[in-house]
Amino acid sequence: MTDRWSAGVLHYAEMGYWQPDYVPKPSDVLAAFRVTPQAGVPPEEAGAAVAGESSTATWTVVWTDRLTAHDHYQGKCYQVDPVPGRGDQYIARIAYDLDLFEEGSIANLSSSIIGNVFGFKALKALRLEDMRIPPHYAKTFQGPAHGIVMEREYLNKFGRPLLGATVKPKLGLSARNYGRVVYEALSGGLDFTKDDENINSQPFMRWRDRFLHCMEAVSKAQAETGEIKGHYLNVTAATMEDMYERADFAAGLGSVIVMVDLTAGYTAIQSMARWARRNGVLLHLHRAGHSTYTRQKEHGVSFRVIAKWMRLAGVDHIHAGTVVGKLEGDPNSVAGFYRTLRCDAAEPDPVTGLYFEQDWASMPGVMPVASGGIHAGQMHQLLHHLGEDVILQFGGGTIGHPLGIAAGATANRVALEAMVKARNEGRDLLAEGPEVLKNAAKRSRELDMALSTWGDVTFDFESTDTPDVTVMPTGG
Amino acid sequence: MRITQGTFSYLPELTDEEITSQLGYALGQGWALSVEFTDDPHPRNNYWDMWGLPMFDLLDAAGVLHEINACRQAYPDRYIRVCAYDSRRGRQTIALSFLVNRPAAEPGFRLGRQEGADRRVRYAIHPYALDRPAGTRYGQS
Amino acid sequence: MTRPGFALPRPGPAPGGEDTEPVVPEPLADDATVDLTAERAGSGVGEILDALESDLVGLQPVKTRVREIAALLLVDRVRSRFGLSAGPPSLHMCFTGHPGTGKTTVALRMAELLHRLGYLRRGHVVSVTRDDLVGQYVGHTAPKTRDAINRAMGGVLFIDEAYYLYRAGNERDYGQETIEILLQYMENHRADLVVIMAGYADRMEAFFASNPGMSSRIAHHLEFPDYSLDELVAIGELMLREQRYRLSAAAEAVFRDYLARRMTQPRFANARSVRNALERARLRHANRLVAADGTLAKDDLMRLEPADFLASRVFGS
Repeated sequence: MTDRWSAGVLHYAEMGYWQPDYVPKPSDVLAAFRVTPQAGVPPEEAGAAVAGESSTATWTVVWTDRLTAHDHYQGKCYQVDPVPGRGDQYIARIAYDLDLFEEGSIANLSSSIIGNVFGFKALKALRLEDMRIPPHYAKTFQGPAHGIVMEREYLNKFGRPLLGATVKPKLGLSARNYGRVVYEALSGGLDFTKDDENINSQPFMRWRDRFLHCMEAVSKAQAETGEIKGHYLNVTAATMEDMYERADFAAGLGSVIVMVDLTAGYTAIQSMARWARRNGVLLHLHRAGHSTYTRQKEHGVSFRVIAKWMRLAGVDHIHAGTVVGKLEGDPNSVAGFYRTLRCDAAEPDPVTGLYFEQDWASMPGVMPVASGGIHAGQMHQLLHHLGEDVILQFGGGTIGHPLGIAAGATANRVALEAMVKARNEGRDLLAEGPEVLKNAAKRSRELDMALSTWGDVTFDFESTDTPDVTVMPTGG
Repeated sequence: MRITQGTFSYLPELTDEEITSQLGYALGQGWALSVEFTDDPHPRNNYWDMWGLPMFDLLDAAGVLHEINACRQAYPDRYIRVCAYDSRRGRQTIALSFLVNRPAAEPGFRLGRQEGADRRVRYAIHPYALDRPAGTRYGQS
Repeated sequence: MTRPGFALPRPGPAPGGEDTEPVVPEPLADDATVDLTAERAGSGVGEILDALESDLVGLQPVKTRVREIAALLLVDRVRSRFGLSAGPPSLHMCFTGHPGTGKTTVALRMAELLHRLGYLRRGHVVSVTRDDLVGQYVGHTAPKTRDAINRAMGGVLFIDEAYYLYRAGNERDYGQETIEILLQYMENHRADLVVIMAGYADRMEAFFASNPGMSSRIAHHLEFPDYSLDELVAIGELMLREQRYRLSAAAEAVFRDYLARRMTQPRFANARSVRNALERARLRHANRLVAADGTLAKDDLMRLEPADFLASRVFGS
């Protein structure tokens, strides 16, 4: 009989990575993986392998493990459940001791959990579904530089979602004309406009010129409306030094907000979050590139995990899905993302895809951003599904308005305020929404034209990323 | 010009009935209500004058509407707004805020541009109303 | 209404929102007819009046008066559907009587009645005395009074010992300001608020004599007579039953004797005094059981004996 420390290869489950009796400590970091083992690999062994390869293991027994308090550091797979309706897929829950992680580092957290295990041959596919971040660990992160409450107090805007628009066309405009779009949209009634994720500093428009022209547009719009306005100036660049230079310039011009792309990397994002809090500037995160690994249900990382990591990292805004727009987003999954971003505590809820309870210990919430193919005619659905603490971005839905950009902005603002007013009066948004919009359109030519231009546009495709559990209607 | 501060500023001015409806919603959520007024419309002017203390523990909006009308009578030519405050943990901030009165004529803002080095411009907006001392800014107050 | 997944958890409509808004009846054409019994049944008023009958001992004149007012308001409501009434009626009231005669209880029932008949949006009661309304220095009174009134909007403002608002001869007294504010609201917010003043009859008389404006705004005066000895005994027995005690045969006579003597003594507060007496009897009962220190049956724990009353000072010392 081999014992644990004889040289050679042992199953992971025998090396202590499978512990069905283990009760996770309140300070443990927990992860839920969707595991599709290769044929012939038992589910517990697959779960144990994931636990091992994301903590201390290697493919063979090594004597040097005995130089450590090995059972303290190893990841422990404590539960494996089959996925209903799938014979070949399991959800494995794994507990990691707090000591495995450097304080306050997303780079380390992600390297630890997903850095090694996803290419493991014994698994056909692997997806990180959810994580539980204990308060002990959450408290080592800065968290959102400002958060939802502070953002509203800073902008002086309460009681309704905020409105934004991405400048279109995505690429090609030069700085002065870019600023024109910003000015029109903001003076027409939007709260924010936005650089797109691929606008950094290209030959057709360099960052400095864009920043100068945009701030002229923002300031002029502020003077004309008496409201605080902002444009997300994209400071993403090739190096941190360049990013700091751009961000400092933006702050110096008096911008209330700057923007980074997810592609800048977790370390850069955390640096920017620190900078944002130091400089009193809001930080918007565009989740550029996430769909490459978040969209498929079989393999990758769920967006809800990215959302948690980014809240810890410290962004103030993050794109999180629209439900009814052109981009992927099943209503229940999106509900889970929004809850993860906004709430102080969440209970496990299979319907919205939340696998663990999560206590944020008073870390401020992140304002979710809904962007992509939405228009004023969907305002009732947007308010119903997404609630009030959200930024609704209507890029095409503003700029494509027949009467011009300012008219498009006004149409969106009128539709939004009318819908909020109707909701407060107790009306059923889903049922009466279209009527509320029609009534509001009677007093607003801009909204009237917007509804007739886009009223029937919907994006109805089957979602690729849905939770395993749905609520079945009861009775007839 | 017409400043668009507050939650419903792009809609036609709310009638007393519509205001009562919004107040009823706020009371139903358990929010305290307060009435504030000012003659300084700068968007960074956070601290308007308070018309009495915030009203806690109300069950009906009629009293608030009475206060709003009393304030309108006292200061017909100022901006008056109603704020609803949410004191729950995790919020502890204003939940809803909208204008219920505005001066008959709003002169607007001047955009000041102070040009510096390397094409940088320092912007400041200045409400024209503030060219006159407090109390004499809009009509008779 | 909001999906649990999304919005930050928000409290729903105010808790204890027992009643929803009562349905406003639609106007009627001139030749329509109305079934008053059905109207009455639909309003739910009958239950309140029946509860009043059964839950309160005695107070016959008050109960009669409440029925009369209910009938008046019911008919008035129907009249307004035919377009016959102009404006909300004045509903402010004055309850006079000694302490402990049920004034506060009846005020609560009245508020509910007015709510069921559609005259008050909420039907809650905010109970205040002079100290809640009047300030100690200049500028303090108006906000205090307005705050109490605002909290009572949609329901009843019950002012106990209202005559203390007015102190004749003391010019530095701020009660007058409260009276003036109340008068304004009583006149202009008849649809939003009902004021009920309460206190001793003679002092209320004097108060109204000095404040004719107030007197003219009171639509209904209700007198709350003192309870008779039989009624007090009945109240005591009701209280004991609720608390799961009983009197032994001998104790019944002693209890009656106790009340007869207590009634004549100063500061007798009717039902309140009965409650206090029973509290003390329970105390003596408990101490008697502890001193006896034997085994007890369930009835021993429930039964009050003469000794539990005879120890009282009321029986002379």
